[in-house]
Amino acid sequence: MILNIDPGIVDWSRAQFALTAMYHWLFVPLTLGLSFLVAIMETIYLKTGDPEWKRITKFWMTLFGINFAIGIATGIILEFEFGTNWSNYSWFVGDIFGAPLAIEAIMAFFLESTFIAVMFFGWNKVSKKFHLASSWLTAIGANLSALWILVANAWMQYPVGMKFNPETARNEMQNFWDVLFSPVAIYKFLHTISSGYVTAAIFILGISAWLLLKKRETGMARKSILVAAIFGLIMSLFLAFTGDGSGYTIAQYQPMKLAAMEGLYKGKKANGLILFGIPQPGKKAGDGKNSFVVKVEISGLLSLMGYRNVDAFVPGVEDILYGGYKPEFQNVPPAEKEIALPVSEKIIRGKLSITAFGDFKKAKKAGDEVAAAKADSTMKANFAYFGYGYLQSPDEAVPNVPLTFYSFRTMVILGFYFILLFIVVIYFHSQNQLQDKRWLLWIMLWTIPLAYLAGQAGWIVAEMGRQPWVIQDLLPTRAAVSMIETTSIQITFWLFAVLFTALLIAELMIMTRQIKLGPKDGGTK
Amino acid sequence: MTVGRKLWIIILIKLFILFFVLRLFFFPDFLKSRFNNDKDRGDYVREQLIQRK
Repeated sequence: MILNIDPGIVDWSRAQFALTAMYHWLFVPLTLGLSFLVAIMETIYLKTGDPEWKRITKFWMTLFGINFAIGIATGIILEFEFGTNWSNYSWFVGDIFGAPLAIEAIMAFFLESTFIAVMFFGWNKVSKKFHLASSWLTAIGANLSALWILVANAWMQYPVGMKFNPETARNEMQNFWDVLFSPVAIYKFLHTISSGYVTAAIFILGISAWLLLKKRETGMARKSILVAAIFGLIMSLFLAFTGDGSGYTIAQYQPMKLAAMEGLYKGKKANGLILFGIPQPGKKAGDGKNSFVVKVEISGLLSLMGYRNVDAFVPGVEDILYGGYKPEFQNVPPAEKEIALPVSEKIIRGKLSITAFGDFKKAKKAGDEVAAAKADSTMKANFAYFGYGYLQSPDEAVPNVPLTFYSFRTMVILGFYFILLFIVVIYFHSQNQLQDKRWLLWIMLWTIPLAYLAGQAGWIVAEMGRQPWVIQDLLPTRAAVSMIETTSIQITFWLFAVLFTALLIAELMIMTRQIKLGPKDGGTK
Repeated sequence: MTVGRKLWIIILIKLFILFFVLRLFFFPDFLKSRFNNDKDRGDYVREQLIQRK
C-alpha cells in the first residue's frame, strides 16, 4: 500500500518552519555578536579606567538586553514543530538530535542565563573583574548555545556517527565526536557565528553613524565605531575564510546544492565561478536550453574553490541526475567510487532498502531469523540511498535553482561589501574625517538591514539548497512530516506570523526609543 | 515605565503564549499524544516510512 501525502501538509509545514526559523534568526545574530562587542568594550573600560567606556558599555549592553529579552525562547517554537509537524523525522533521528540540544539546555543556556543576570544587575554589586568575567561568560554561553544547535543542523546536512536500528526505526549515535567534529559542523558553526559578529558590528556602526548625523554623543559614537569596525573587519575576513571552507564541504557532501548555488546544469572540468549571471527562466534539467540568459565567469575558479584543483570536474544538476561521471571525492557510497549512479538507480536502491526495512520486521515477528538477517543485510547495503526511495521521480532531487543561485550571490556580494565598508570606515576614522562624510554615515546606517538580509540569504542557501532532504539522502520532507490536518498548520502559521511580527515591532520600537534617549544615565531610563 | 519593566512584561506574556497557549492547544507531541510507549511509536513510524515510499 502506498500512502498518499497531501502536498499541502508538506508545503505548509515547510512554510511554517521557514517562517519561525527566519524570524528567530532576526534576533540571534545580534545576540551572538553584541555580547562579545560589549565584553570587549567593558574590557577597555577595565584596562583604561575611563568612565566614558563604562557609559559606552552600558549603552550597548542595554540594546543587547532588549534584543536578548525579546528574542529569547523564539527558537523553542522550532522544537514544538519537530514534535508536532515533523514527528517521523523526530523519531527517525533518535538521540542524535536530542543529545546536542540537551547539552545546549544544560550547559550553555544555564551558563548564559546565570551570568547575564550578573551582567545586567551586578554593576556596583560585584567586583569589576567579576562583572567583566560575567560579560565574557554570557557571550561564550550564547555562542555555545549556537554551537549545539548548529551541530544538530550540520548532522542533517551530513549525517555521520550513527547507525540505523531497524528494530526501533531510529538512528543511534555511534560516535559523538564524529557528530561534533564533522567538517560540516565545524564550518557551519564558525561561518554562522562569524556572520552574527559582522551583523553586530554593522549594527553598532549604523547606530553610531546616526548619532554622528544628529551630532549627538559624538565621542561615544566615534569610539564605538572604531571598536566595531576593527572587530567587524577581522570577523568579515574570517567569515569569507569560513565561507570558502563551507563551500568546500558542500562540494564534497552536497554536490547538488553546489550545482544549484552556481546554476550549473552541465558540469565540466576547470569549471568557472559565475561572477554575474541571470539564470534562464523556467529552465529544467534536460530541456536543452541554455542555463543562463547572460553570465560572466572566472574560468577554473569553481573547480579550485570546490575541489582545491583548478582542473577538477564539477558535476552539474544533469550530471548528478543522470550519473555516469567519476566523482572527485571518495566519500561516496562504495557503488559510486568509480562512476556516479543516476538518481533513477538511487530511487530503485532506496525502495529496495525501505522494502527490506519492512521485511525485517515481518521476519522478526514470524521468528524467522534467517530472513530477518537477509532483510537487514539488504537494507544496510542500500541504506545510503534510503531517502531516494521516497522520490516519485528523479526531478524531485533538484532544489529550487534560481532561488539558491540568487540567495548565494546576495550573501557573497554583501559579504564583500561589508569588508569594503569596514576598511573605508577605518580609513576615514583614522583621518579624523568620519563626521564630515555624511554620505558614508548614511551608508553605514542603511547597511544595518543589509546585514540581516545577508544572514537570511545564507540560511536560504543552506536550507533551500538541500531540498528535498530533511536529512541528506536519508529522509525527504514528504516522508518526515506528520499526518496532521493542513488547516491546523495554516492556523498556527498565521498565529506565528502575528506573534513574531508583534515581537519584531516591539523590539524596533523599544530599541529606537532607547537609542534616541542615548547613553545618559548609562543608557537606561 | 522603565525599559526593564517593559521587557519583563514582554518576556512573561511571550512565555505564557508559547507554553500555555501554543504548546498546550496547538502543538501537542504527535507521537506521545497518540501512543503510550516507545514500541507503539516506533511501529507507527515504521509503517509510515514503509507506506510512503
